[in-house]
Amino acid sequence: MSARGLDGADRAGAATLGDAIAFTVNGRAVSVTAPPLRRLADALRDDLGLTGTKVGCNAGDCGACTVLLDGEQVCSCMVSLAQAAGRSVETVEGLARNGRLNRLQRAFLRHGAAQCGACTPGMLVAATEVLRASPRPSPVQVMDGLGGVLCRCTGYRKIVAAVLDAAGDAPQPLGTPPPGAAVGARLAKLDGVPKLTGAERYGADAVPQDALWLRIVRSPHDSARVVLGDLEAAAAGWPGVARVLTAADVPSNRVGIYPDLRDQPVLTEKIVRHRGDAVVALLGAREAVTTVRDEDLPIRYEPLPAVRGLGEAQATGAPRVHDEMESNRLIEGGVECGDAAAALAGCAVTAEGRFETAFVEHAYIEPEAGWARRVGERVELFVSTQAPVMNQVMTAEVLGLALRQVRIVPSACGGGFGGKLDVSVQPLTALGAWLTGKPVACVYERPESMMASPKRHPSLIEARMGCDGDGALQAVEFDATFDTGAYASWGPTVASRVPIHATGPYAVPAVSARGRAYYTNGPPAGAFRGFGVPQAAIAHEALLDDLAEGLGMDRLELRLKNAIRVGDATATGQVLEASAGLAPCLEALAPRWQRALEDAARSNTQDGPVRRGAGIGCMWYGIGNTALSNPSAMRITLDREGRLTLYNGAVDIGQGSTTILAQICADALGVAADRIAQVLGDTDWTEDAGKTSASRQTFVSGKAAELAGSALRAAILREANAAGDATIELAGGCVVVRDGGRRVEIALGRLKADERGVVLEGAGSFDPPSTALDAKGQGAPYATYAFGAQIAVVDVDTELGTVTPVRIHAAHDVGRAINPTQVEGQIEGGIAQGLGLALMEEYLPGKTENLHDYLIPTIGDVPEIEVIIVEDPEPLGPFGAKGVGEPGLVPTAPAILGAIRHATGVRVTRVPALPHRLRAALRAREAGP
Amino acid sequence: MPDYLRPTALDDALAALSRRRLTVLAGGTDFYPARVGAPLDDDVLDISALPALRAIEERDDHWRIPALATWTDIVRADLPHWFDGLKLAAREIGGRQVQNTGTLCGNLCNASPAADGVPVLLSLDAEVELASLERRETIPLADFLRGNRETALASDQLMLAVRVPKPRAERARGHFLKLGARRHLVISIVMVAAALEADAAGRVARAQVAVGACSPVARRLTALEEALVGRPCDAALGEVVTEPHMAPLAPLDDARGSAAYRLDAARTLATRTLAELGSMM
Ligand SMILES: Cc1cc2nc3c(=O)[nH]c(=O)nc-3n(C[C@@H](O)[C@@H](O)[C@H](O)COP(=O)(O)OP(=O)(O)OC[C@H]3O[C@@H](n4cnc5c(N)ncnc54)[C@H](O)[C@@H]3O)c2cc1C
Ligand code: FES
Ligand code: FES
Repeated sequence: MSARGLDGADRAGAATLGDAIAFTVNGRAVSVTAPPLRRLADALRDDLGLTGTKVGCNAGDCGACTVLLDGEQVCSCMVSLAQAAGRSVETVEGLARNGRLNRLQRAFLRHGAAQCGACTPGMLVAATEVLRASPRPSPVQVMDGLGGVLCRCTGYRKIVAAVLDAAGDAPQPLGTPPPGAAVGARLAKLDGVPKLTGAERYGADAVPQDALWLRIVRSPHDSARVVLGDLEAAAAGWPGVARVLTAADVPSNRVGIYPDLRDQPVLTEKIVRHRGDAVVALLGAREAVTTVRDEDLPIRYEPLPAVRGLGEAQATGAPRVHDEMESNRLIEGGVECGDAAAALAGCAVTAEGRFETAFVEHAYIEPEAGWARRVGERVELFVSTQAPVMNQVMTAEVLGLALRQVRIVPSACGGGFGGKLDVSVQPLTALGAWLTGKPVACVYERPESMMASPKRHPSLIEARMGCDGDGALQAVEFDATFDTGAYASWGPTVASRVPIHATGPYAVPAVSARGRAYYTNGPPAGAFRGFGVPQAAIAHEALLDDLAEGLGMDRLELRLKNAIRVGDATATGQVLEASAGLAPCLEALAPRWQRALEDAARSNTQDGPVRRGAGIGCMWYGIGNTALSNPSAMRITLDREGRLTLYNGAVDIGQGSTTILAQICADALGVAADRIAQVLGDTDWTEDAGKTSASRQTFVSGKAAELAGSALRAAILREANAAGDATIELAGGCVVVRDGGRRVEIALGRLKADERGVVLEGAGSFDPPSTALDAKGQGAPYATYAFGAQIAVVDVDTELGTVTPVRIHAAHDVGRAINPTQVEGQIEGGIAQGLGLALMEEYLPGKTENLHDYLIPTIGDVPEIEVIIVEDPEPLGPFGAKGVGEPGLVPTAPAILGAIRHATGVRVTRVPALPHRLRAALRAREAGP
Repeated sequence: MPDYLRPTALDDALAALSRRRLTVLAGGTDFYPARVGAPLDDDVLDISALPALRAIEERDDHWRIPALATWTDIVRADLPHWFDGLKLAAREIGGRQVQNTGTLCGNLCNASPAADGVPVLLSLDAEVELASLERRETIPLADFLRGNRETALASDQLMLAVRVPKPRAERARGHFLKLGARRHLVISIVMVAAALEADAAGRVARAQVAVGACSPVARRLTALEEALVGRPCDAALGEVVTEPHMAPLAPLDDARGSAAYRLDAARTLATRTLAELGSMM
């Protein structure tokens, strides 16, 4: 693996005013001359170059900055440098000895306890304290000891398991499977080691010492006219501030996901449309740009009426968020098949409901960060992203440069979940570097990240469903409106994807489904794990429960009866040809469902305020872009020395594509996975693998990697004149091919090499077949679909309205699990986010702009999870695989809500089911209709 | 550059405070979160190097928890059951990191309506020791806390310690329940602390109950306390709680919970706290 960074920037020894403060770090005496009030985290990172310690919030909320101070875990963002004087500090960098991972780190690697790795340093350090205090801790001790560190990726279960494993004395094998056996193996993450040692470089970790820093000044108003005063004169008064950038400095001031919808100004053009909208940018020395207070800038805001929520957006005479639009409606999409109204009228049992969801924040532990530098007539960015090529296109467009003048080198990405598909720091750091010729860095603080980054769309869904007397679904009417906030972002994607998924994973003959997105003065809503499908699932699964109740039928049985199968048509008229595994998921869950129902009945025989319930939720999800081409291309080379390099443009945001793609490519080629080095994401070296979203990298880029591996294999076999089933072995500068009894040695030095020494290569590309949708939404929008079902068991404290999940069983059809550990990790992590969506997460601009008012699940909130992997192979996918990045999240909230209803009779129609809302519903129910 | 004073003698600290305005820094767990993205330009008096302010001590008629005692120090201290509520509160403050650096005195000086330390100490009739260069005083915590983030602390004063008077009865115990919307790292929606003393016949001799996060400063429920006196110490104590007992509370609506919910939850928590405490006595 190549080291990350534009080059090996040297970070040591920035001296500022103040006395030297001496302490030890990982046993080594150090001395730092810096302001004594500096956060210890910053001193470690910026003054000592120890960037293994992460900063996720600067407020004690995330624990990413955890270090041991005299052996006790503390948040280094809340300890002053002066308070470290004379004491011992231990950081993640001190764990490995002589380059060898310690037992705890190895356990993390083996269990897949690090995904994006942003929380990992904090987790490891906290766990170190736990293990020193209790060498054989109980799970509760582990959870209490790690309770101060948030993880947004893993769902925590594998972290707990890893710590418990580290405490034991069982061996921890970490081998690589032999050639041909990588697919299906629990291979440890190939990029895992630097994430465990602190060596990994995220967006904020490799900023050159001489960089200028950029700070974006953001609107405190939801809607206002902005009058800029004499910024140049003001800047002259602030030492260290080099420039103030305004819209006038930006060659092309608009960004957006869709080429015809670049509606978001890089810097304001007189109107700000949401709290957090970018106004101007300060460029200068780091201290200087943070010292200037926003209030002291010559910026005047004249507040304008703001549009808040879907109701106001649609009201007649509502102010328009974008003047150039006729109304606040951004887009409308739909799917029509059969006559849904007539079919509903003829149904034996019908159900209907109105469901509401809120803005949800991605809350990745690594806030947006990166830096840019100008190299001649080009600009290069090292940035945390999910979409390098889209970043490249957008940055080139904003700067008015040709595409090849922009290079994106993705840093390690500390979590994305859809939120790092849009550009953040890219255009302005690039512009700053372009204009000044100096490197320019920008790192969002947590509140800025929360204000400025896109959210999950709030939705209002009205739906009706009907079935015949036997429970066979006949019709669905579904109407969803989405609040896309101030800018379009991925709003059109959500509005088109949702109607397609409105039926849920069931065969329904008559469907009328609509989706609309409206602009408001809320934060821009964009892509977030599931693109609107999790919101839709809350609606269709509640209606399934209603129908089951109306029919007097078991909830699982009704779902199984209607599960869409191979040969059935979806609402868009697409007949599923293969890999429709909902039914086997439900069959696998059936015995667990019986036990869960019995468990609930048993525990409810006791009186008391706590009631137990079981719920079930199902999902499906079209893999890849909706009715649009989304190709990926991969290349693998073999050089004269016998080195294999996979040029892999897919960004691993923690979900594991770097490992998965190597596993696939290795098996296609016929070598062991660890023989393949990779160049990752760099737009100068890799081809476009598309964005890391829509659960597409395993399926689409995986297929491209398989084709590339096969192509190289074919090239090698051609050299040896060998048959297809020959084996390949790399032996230094030669390849040994064994074909039956024949052994051929290809001396690579004798083959013709290109300027980089490459002698053979294989290329592969794949664009999953899909068709555009017609006016009625008919067509084949996706090449394949993922399926899943989950059971949740919860306890509801009826007096307080609190919900405690007890257990979750998750069965998912992934086609083929290329790496079962990673599949489990994606599902468990998705479940934690689904749990947050159901029970606690609600972003309120101005009120929850930090990680103590915006609550995400902690280690103590995620219950025991059983993952059941179902493999109904997808013939188009690599080795039968399809995607699993998003599916894990989708059925969780429906299952939890179903369990609450089972426990209490309360049908929750608005999430999150905060304690006060649930309690109010319980009281209303007690009071009677 | 702003000043950063880190004296090693109390008088030096007090002298510095008497001369100029300084922001006191102890564990920093309120200080730094209040300055995210803002310049660190306060002139600071860091009290963390002052001697003899860490160890929790038993005195004649009270226990003394000094300014630098952290939540972890409280959890680890060998204290009688009277402090069980305080220990429970300490265990649920933030995560271990916050417990290891944050101080009880800092929690009181910060005077957040949701400070977990406040209702517990009100239920223990705690007092606080304040010192300036000229003078020392010990005042009831209830008088020290004046409102949402308002205290009686003068700009030249430090809080030196919290004093918890010893209970009069042999059988005396405290308890604490906190309600939050997640398991760890959570600011209370409501919290209830209670402390009971029993007479020789096993009846409530003295009762103190306080509720936090339902008013600018946590409040004692005096009517409830009176209603508890004389009752047998058992789980039935919970049943004494009625809605009118919540009269001193004046909760607000916010993102964490509606006012009506807070009142309702306060009553439930008070009932549970007393039922559990009654059965443990
Ligand atoms: C992630 C997180 C979670 C938290 N969870 C909780 C929680 O669940 N419940 C809860 O109640 N609190 C919680 N807190 C806040 C809690 O940690 C603080 O209130 C802490 O107890 C304050 O102590 P400190 O020593 O860190 O104070 P500092 O931050 O150093 O100071 C706090 C304030 O008190 C002043 N001050 C401190 N000591 C003195 C003194 N001796 N004399 C005069 N003035 C003084 C300071 O000037 C400052 O204004 C949390 C904080 C964080 C970061
Ligand atoms: S960075 Fe210190 S707790 Fe988040
Ligand atoms: S692995 Fe924990 S935050 Fe990503």
